[in-house]
Amino acid sequence: MAALRPPRRALLRLCRAFSSGGCQLAPERGGERRDAAPSRVSRFCPPRKSCHDWIGPPDKYSNLRPVHFYIPENESPLEQKLRELRQETQEWNQQFWANQNLTFLKEKEKFIDSRLKAKGLELRAESGQKATLNAEEMADFYKQFLSKNFQKHMYYNRNVLEAGCSVTTASPDQ
Amino acid sequence: MNIIAKRSASWVRGCVWYLERRALQESPRRFLHLLRNVNQQWVTFQHFNFLRHMYVTRLNRSFNQQIKPKPEPVPSPFLEKASLDEAKTEIYKMRPLSPPSLSLSRKPNEKESLELEPTPVIEGSIAVGTETKEEKQWKEMKLRVDDLPGILARLSKIKLTALVVSTTSAGFALAPAPFDWPCFLLTFVGTGLASCAANSINQFFEVPFDSNMNRTKSRPLVRGQISPLLAVSFAACCAVPGVALLTWGVNPLTGALGLFNIFLYTCCYTPLKRISIANTWVGAVVGAIPPLMGWTAATGSLDAGAFLLGGILYSWQFPHFNALSWGLREDYSRGGYCMMSVTHPDLCRRVALRHCLALVAMSAAAPALDVTTWTFPVIALPINLYISYLGFRFYRDADRKSSRKLFFCSLWHLPLFLLLMLTCKRPAAQGDAGGPQS
Repeated sequence: MAALRPPRRALLRLCRAFSSGGCQLAPERGGERRDAAPSRVSRFCPPRKSCHDWIGPPDKYSNLRPVHFYIPENESPLEQKLRELRQETQEWNQQFWANQNLTFLKEKEKFIDSRLKAKGLELRAESGQKATLNAEEMADFYKQFLSKNFQKHMYYNRNVLEAGCSVTTASPDQ
Repeated sequence: MNIIAKRSASWVRGCVWYLERRALQESPRRFLHLLRNVNQQWVTFQHFNFLRHMYVTRLNRSFNQQIKPKPEPVPSPFLEKASLDEAKTEIYKMRPLSPPSLSLSRKPNEKESLELEPTPVIEGSIAVGTETKEEKQWKEMKLRVDDLPGILARLSKIKLTALVVSTTSAGFALAPAPFDWPCFLLTFVGTGLASCAANSINQFFEVPFDSNMNRTKSRPLVRGQISPLLAVSFAACCAVPGVALLTWGVNPLTGALGLFNIFLYTCCYTPLKRISIANTWVGAVVGAIPPLMGWTAATGSLDAGAFLLGGILYSWQFPHFNALSWGLREDYSRGGYCMMSVTHPDLCRRVALRHCLALVAMSAAAPALDVTTWTFPVIALPINLYISYLGFRFYRDADRKSSRKLFFCSLWHLPLFLLLMLTCKRPAAQGDAGGPQS
């Protein structure tokens, strides 16, 4: 479950930032745009003159759209912590959903294979296309998958709300 | 359903033809190679993969279709092993056209009203320069004031809101009180604002889930067209004046119902969707409250007629939603939604049928409660019997075809039902005026 742990450490750091003064960031020289450390998701680099966040296409596995966070020149410690919190939350979400979707696909394949074998059918028809089951046959799988992952979803639901609210309330609007 | 399927098929063929022409211009050899394998009647999977290279975009709201090559999808670095074949990565597969139901669904915060995809996208991968391609898909998260009305309309599910307001108006019109225009307009606006607020909050809570369902992946927060903070602010700016208008402009009872409904939808129904199948019943109550609000706005009190109207909307939700959810089981299962169609399919169909029959019974109760004349149950009988018949077919056949038929029937059944009620409204007798609005 370590991979699914929400960014609690970042939340605690943020709370400490509210109560303490925090340190000042060294001012950035020059008028260049600074960007957050390149996201693991993408090699994307926004144009220099842009001073907004950028949102990308949906991730292939998690379906979530990665956000490339803008770092302003005079970013305060609090803003930095917020940005890091948002980044961590985003990565946490991405991991959960990528994992979830891949697991779903793998288990679906396994289920289809086992059902087809039980029926005595080949996995591929003569034309080379994959044999599939219809929606009614898949219903058993959907039910099994949902109940198997129920606790995982409960954990996720509890934590994503918490993370989302803390990010939103501290979020500077673009 | 056949008409929809035929139209979908002809739309797909039209797109395929157009894309084939463009593909032929751009990469003839590859195209011709594939053409040898293409079944002329139907688009095969390989053909579709090739055509997924073409990317149709929409410019500046107008439908100028322009084909742009799209980069290879970058494998997610979050996963070490990316060993799935294309056949397995169904996440981007092209779904059949969603039938337009938004104009007729009724719930204030309709759980499952279908939304039309604003941009038909056929994704693909002609590698021209991987970096530039990927870069083109990134969008600056800058709020464009010109786009704001459209974004807010989608955020507040404006069409659904319009239908919620229609059910409220029906409640107002059916109430045994003289029709007061100022009061009606205040109720109309107040309920509309409350519904916008509830829908916006719901979308705010559900971004990661909406991203993973085909039906909802084009919502503004998912696409980053509006920041979460702005969405919540918008919701607050709708909820506060909306409830205030209902409380002080109409009457406190209506205001309380409006506030309660927002709470029920955002704080009960939305989380319950992922906890228990009871969410469907809670959602049905959410749908039943707007006509109650219309009634209380006109009469100032909740009486039997109000509860009958609420009951009608409550019962209607089940054939509507249960039939719709039958086709969404895969997305629900993957997204962790607890819906009857996944966990208790027999119950799902039984409940849908039961409530179709309840609608028949409530039609008969309407004249007994002095809401309508006795003509109403007679003229409503054909449509009630028809929806009950489709409910029975869904119960017995339990397949996609019967579920779609029931769903589409529910879309026209409700407006027609309410219209018939209005035409058969019991005329006000002497001394039968409703209570004054406070």
